[in-house]
Amino acid sequence: MGAKINFTEEKINELKAEMVKNMQEPGPLMPTLHAAQRIFGCIPLPIQKIISNELDVSIARINGVVTFYGHFSIEPKGDTIISVCLGTACYIKGAQGLLDAFSHDLNISVGETSKDGKYTLEATRCIGACGLAPVFTVNEDVYANGSVQLVKKVMQKLKQEK
Amino acid sequence: MLDRMHILICGGAECKESNSVELRDLFKSEIERLNLGDDIQTALTGCFGLCALGPHVLIYPEETLYSGVKLEDVREIVEQHIAKGKPVDRLLFKGEFDRKKFRNRSELTFFAKQTRIALRNCGVINPLDVNEYIARHGYEALGKVLTTMTPEETVQVMLDSGLRGRGGGGFPTGRKWQFCANSVSDKKYVICNADEGDPGAFMDRAVLEGDPHSVLEAMTINGYAIGADTGYIYIRAEYPLAVQRLELAIGEARELGMLGKNIFDSGFDFNIELRLGAGAFVCGEETALIASIEGERGMPRNKPPYPAVKGLFGKPTNVNNVETYANIPVVYLKGADWFKSIGTEKSSGTKVFALGGKIANTGLLEVPMGTTLREVIYEIGGGIPNKREFKAAQTGGPSGGCITAESLDTPIDFDNLIALGSMMGSGGMIVMDEDNCMVDVARFYLEFTVEESCGKCTPCREGTKRMLDILNRICEGEGTMEDLDVLESLGKMIKDSSLCGLGQTAPNPVLSTLKHFRKEYEAHVIDKVCPAGVCSNLTKYVVLDNCIGCTKCARNCPVGAIEGKVKEKHFIDLDLCIRCGACKTACPVNAISTKPESWGAM
Ligand SMILES: Cc1cc2nc3c(=O)[nH]c(=O)nc-3n(C[C@H](O)[C@H](O)[C@H](O)COP(=O)(O)O)c2cc1C
Ligand code: FES
Repeated sequence: MGAKINFTEEKINELKAEMVKNMQEPGPLMPTLHAAQRIFGCIPLPIQKIISNELDVSIARINGVVTFYGHFSIEPKGDTIISVCLGTACYIKGAQGLLDAFSHDLNISVGETSKDGKYTLEATRCIGACGLAPVFTVNEDVYANGSVQLVKKVMQKLKQEK
Repeated sequence: MLDRMHILICGGAECKESNSVELRDLFKSEIERLNLGDDIQTALTGCFGLCALGPHVLIYPEETLYSGVKLEDVREIVEQHIAKGKPVDRLLFKGEFDRKKFRNRSELTFFAKQTRIALRNCGVINPLDVNEYIARHGYEALGKVLTTMTPEETVQVMLDSGLRGRGGGGFPTGRKWQFCANSVSDKKYVICNADEGDPGAFMDRAVLEGDPHSVLEAMTINGYAIGADTGYIYIRAEYPLAVQRLELAIGEARELGMLGKNIFDSGFDFNIELRLGAGAFVCGEETALIASIEGERGMPRNKPPYPAVKGLFGKPTNVNNVETYANIPVVYLKGADWFKSIGTEKSSGTKVFALGGKIANTGLLEVPMGTTLREVIYEIGGGIPNKREFKAAQTGGPSGGCITAESLDTPIDFDNLIALGSMMGSGGMIVMDEDNCMVDVARFYLEFTVEESCGKCTPCREGTKRMLDILNRICEGEGTMEDLDVLESLGKMIKDSSLCGLGQTAPNPVLSTLKHFRKEYEAHVIDKVCPAGVCSNLTKYVVLDNCIGCTKCARNCPVGAIEGKVKEKHFIDLDLCIRCGACKTACPVNAISTKPESWGAM
């Protein structure tokens, strides 16, 4: 686990403000967890405790919900998140090969973060760009019609930027 | 003031990823630079449907369609077409088959064969401007329902239309509304299921991004019909653009009084809120979705009680899919009889498909129910690229099965697809060619369900895992014939005993491929060969007798594993071969094969 979590007072207050807003509606837990994931990049135990106190929900239940959904994570992710689509359209067009190429280049398996905290490699299920298959994303950027050559090029560029 | 010309730029997610925002800005500044007047509108629209060839630009009133437009092309289009009225030939959309250039969008087979109801506004209006929706009869249906019809009459129209749910199950929407309307309660809810979980399908995304108001309008009609005052849209977090456009649309609708208190002075109140999903496929199942909105783990609940009786927060709830909703305003405007006249007897209306995989025109299309698979794949889809053979089309995603060449002429509707051992599903249609291994495809889907099984019931949690173990063994060359029988009996058992639709359908991709492609399974087990050359442990490349000795394969092999003289048959040294397939791609006469010898020359 490389990357660090940033728990500044300011961010915690931002989360608390979200909770006050969410509590006016029924079912405040999911929107709150989304906010926490967005603000901190993950939802580790200390954050779960804060949510538990404010929303008056047991921490066991919160933990159960956090670990159920793929979108929430307990550990922080790397600065650069590389995500290869393994939806059907992409898989049929060879997405597994792209994932293997990234995994080989970064020397980490799917779902892991590199030791220096720089990269996280993920597999997602269909980002809805199936016409451009196979696709992968690097943070917000989408790369279409992927190939092993494109993976190599992207990795080279990423490494130069660092 | 009336606009003289409209320049519509596809702002669907896929084109947006290729610069459509920059394109729009550049069109604007070019038009300003040449001072062409302010009666030319530029707008980003929803998805046009032809995703692989984007970004697209459509110019009205001529309906000229340009494709693959780059930033450097904008100046030419503005100077030639906009200023002088001369279309830029070089950029006109070209047909995949005949390379004929089309000036007008409706000439294209891709569009000519389609009937667009759910997608009527996608790619035609600017989704960020409610006035454009209104100009195309938006919110008229709501006005008509609220001011001239009773809730009972509203339900009756739905019953008469024969509309069946587009989210997968195909349950009659009118009946569902009737159940919920008949439940007595102080509070009821309407939910729009926008969780679109089938990997490889993006119909709902296109509707939400291209025509968000149609969903809001239909949900409000739904609320009136069943007596609900609150609606939720449960949408995947993976669709940020759709979320953003929905938020904007809800804001606009509130401002215009189409949402909120006393809509159309009818005394009816209705509000809509968004709830984000969090990456769990099972949350597409309606009871799991409800649990998720309540802030629980998204695990399905036993039915009955059905949501129509006891749903969200214990109150009667009606859940419908995005595409189902997108059809609804038109049904009220044009009438149930009109809707029933489209499609087949038991499946009225149209269906949107997301066509993907090995097909020339990947993208979205909407056809009347009863269209044949052949029309979809060869006419609208433009056929299989690279001169490959069609092998199968997969519908219904991880719950569905495959349709083979024999069934290409079966009319597509809910019941026929089930009879073929597949299902309509939400509308993903993935085309596979001879290079796809059906065992590997079955394994792929099962891996998906194993990952997404919520773990509540044993057959689904444990059973699918055992099936996956067996498939992995087969793909590695360690399978036995007995394994095939076990797959079948285990699959049937899981279907019969699982709690929710996920487990009840999870074995389908395996059972269906076993039924249609047993020979391919047997090749993996008996010959230890993967005929498609996908499972790397089992791939053996051999040169066939029709080799013309052109040496292309040898020159393309990265490891020098191919030998042979010019004009003589070549040989592959299997010890050196790394199974990369470069030779097969390079061969001009299809003389390199991965098929087992016992299959003969094919
Ligand atoms: C495992 C599973 C996943 C589902 N995923 C979706 C989905 O992504 N979108 C959807 O609209 N319906 C999905 N459904 C179907 C819903 O349970 C429900 O039937 C549907 O939303 C009802 O709407 P409709 O009648 O308009 O089709 C899924 C069902 C199951 C069992
Ligand atoms: S399958 Fe990859 S984007 Fe849809």
